[in-house]
Amino acid sequence: MGQITLQGVQKSFGPVHIIKGADLEIADGSFVVFVGPSGCGKTTLLRLIAGLEDVSGGKILIDGKNVVDTPPAKRGLSMVFQSYALYPHMSVRGNIGFGLKMAGLSKDETNRKVEAAATTLNLTPYLDRKPRELSGGQRQRVAIGRAIVREPKAFLFDEPLSNLDAALRVQMRIEVTRLQKQLGTTAIYVTHDQVEAMTMADKIVVLNGGKIEQYGSPLDLYEKPANLFVAGFIGSPKMNLVTGENALQLGAATIGVRPEHLKIERNGAGGWQGTIAVAEHLGSDTFLYVDAGSLGMLTARYIGELSLHAGDHVSLLPDPARIHRFDADGNALRS
Amino acid sequence: MARKSTTRRVVVSTIGAWFFGFLIFFPILWMVLASFKTELEAFAIPPSFLFFHWTTENYATVQERSDYFHHALNSIIIAGGSTLIALLIAIPAAWSMAFSPTRRTKDILLWMLSTKMMPPVGVLVPIYLIFKTFGLLDSRIGLVFILCLGNLPIVIWMLFTYFKEIPRDILEAARMDGATIGRELVYVLTPMAIPGLASTMLLNLILAWNEAFWTLNLSTSEAAPLTTFIASYSSPEGLFWAKLSAASTLAIAPILVLGWFSQKQLVRGLTFGAVK
Repeated sequence: MGQITLQGVQKSFGPVHIIKGADLEIADGSFVVFVGPSGCGKTTLLRLIAGLEDVSGGKILIDGKNVVDTPPAKRGLSMVFQSYALYPHMSVRGNIGFGLKMAGLSKDETNRKVEAAATTLNLTPYLDRKPRELSGGQRQRVAIGRAIVREPKAFLFDEPLSNLDAALRVQMRIEVTRLQKQLGTTAIYVTHDQVEAMTMADKIVVLNGGKIEQYGSPLDLYEKPANLFVAGFIGSPKMNLVTGENALQLGAATIGVRPEHLKIERNGAGGWQGTIAVAEHLGSDTFLYVDAGSLGMLTARYIGELSLHAGDHVSLLPDPARIHRFDADGNALRS
Repeated sequence: MARKSTTRRVVVSTIGAWFFGFLIFFPILWMVLASFKTELEAFAIPPSFLFFHWTTENYATVQERSDYFHHALNSIIIAGGSTLIALLIAIPAAWSMAFSPTRRTKDILLWMLSTKMMPPVGVLVPIYLIFKTFGLLDSRIGLVFILCLGNLPIVIWMLFTYFKEIPRDILEAARMDGATIGRELVYVLTPMAIPGLASTMLLNLILAWNEAFWTLNLSTSEAAPLTTFIASYSSPEGLFWAKLSAASTLAIAPILVLGWFSQKQLVRGLTFGAVK
């Protein structure tokens, strides 16, 4: 079991409020990603759950039990650190088995579990090596091995893939997701990378300035962003935000249209007129950055190849069903 | 831009390095040579470099006259004892400052170091009186105590620098893995800090071994370490260069051997944290 509930969790460092009251319900077995810009408090929130920081207020319940006064070791969680944090003087076997040794398991039992974890993570050939003799990806696997071998109530991941190169990151992303599904253990994963969040999560928590902006499934966030921050943060390239006349006509202070929801017409009339400043041809997609005069720069995405180039005149027609409307405070308006 | 390493450059720099190395080493070499001369030859002008009558009689005289082993034992006890106690105090101090720093930690460290900025002679009289009152004059315990306190700031600083280098994440990982503070110390921190502890211990041993101000002033015979033993050869009856050299050679021999075998550790210890 690994149901985690936050009730009004607060954290201040002196006069600085890092977490301004977080309420959250994390279901057992789900994969929840904390995402947000740097300094938004996502890592702090994770460390509060881990017990590596003390809360300034509120409750953290694990399986219904308030753990704010429980030391990290007794919370039954395991954590994967950004820096891997492997014990440099221990072999891979020692690293993975350390938690079991601390728990007082017998040598045979420890070895059996370590070897099982190593098999799952393809680490068997490296069991007797020291961390310094491993590549970044392998070190990451050891760190994950150390987390899974203890069969915790939940895994906590603190930007675990940010030190890996792009190709390895994608591969590990898939491995971590698959492993979590296979084990069925609750996971909380911190990242600043919204692609990682969208691809891995069952549910995403978007944090900004110590506040939870929205909590929902990836598609919920994409289709129904609660406010301007979430609208701008989720989705790549970013949502086009337009203010002024066009927004007022729809009874909103700001309207947002995602690049993939703009229909591109060559030399057409109507819609939003502009001149292409930059055209990116990726083969699978074409991204157009259009200078639309008073509307500012707009981004449009076309799936497939579109032979348009910088300097061409285009008109962009927003899909009326896919226009997001926001009020003056930036909150979404639902009709 | 990479420097060209021509043969000429290599030859010149090698000769230069050897020359300066020899220059630095020369006094020690001269002392060792003088210890094998007779008293007359030891201060003969012009001095003879290698072609003199080699003799070991100075060593025999020195041992006979002032019992080298008695002083050597004192040196070992005083240097060893003060190092041990300094480490026992410094480890928890440095540990807490490195891992739970407060706003004032830097100030405390600087304050500790500032005690080293005052010349020891400035407190000679009060310390002497304190020692006299408590009957610590010419006692090993007194010397252990004063040398330990004298080197404590440096020991704390060195350990603090070492502990600072140990990533916090690793200690937190150990905590997440269920290690108590005691087990975290035994299984994670100590193995990682051993190189630092070793070089700190070594440096402190050398400093304590060579310390001559307090040992000369606070001991006479019973607790006198090798520094006092050397000093006794520059006496009012005259200078005995050859015997003084023999005594000095004997005094530095143990620490030189120790330093030689651990030079890698020592250099690492002294430059630790300087280059990242």
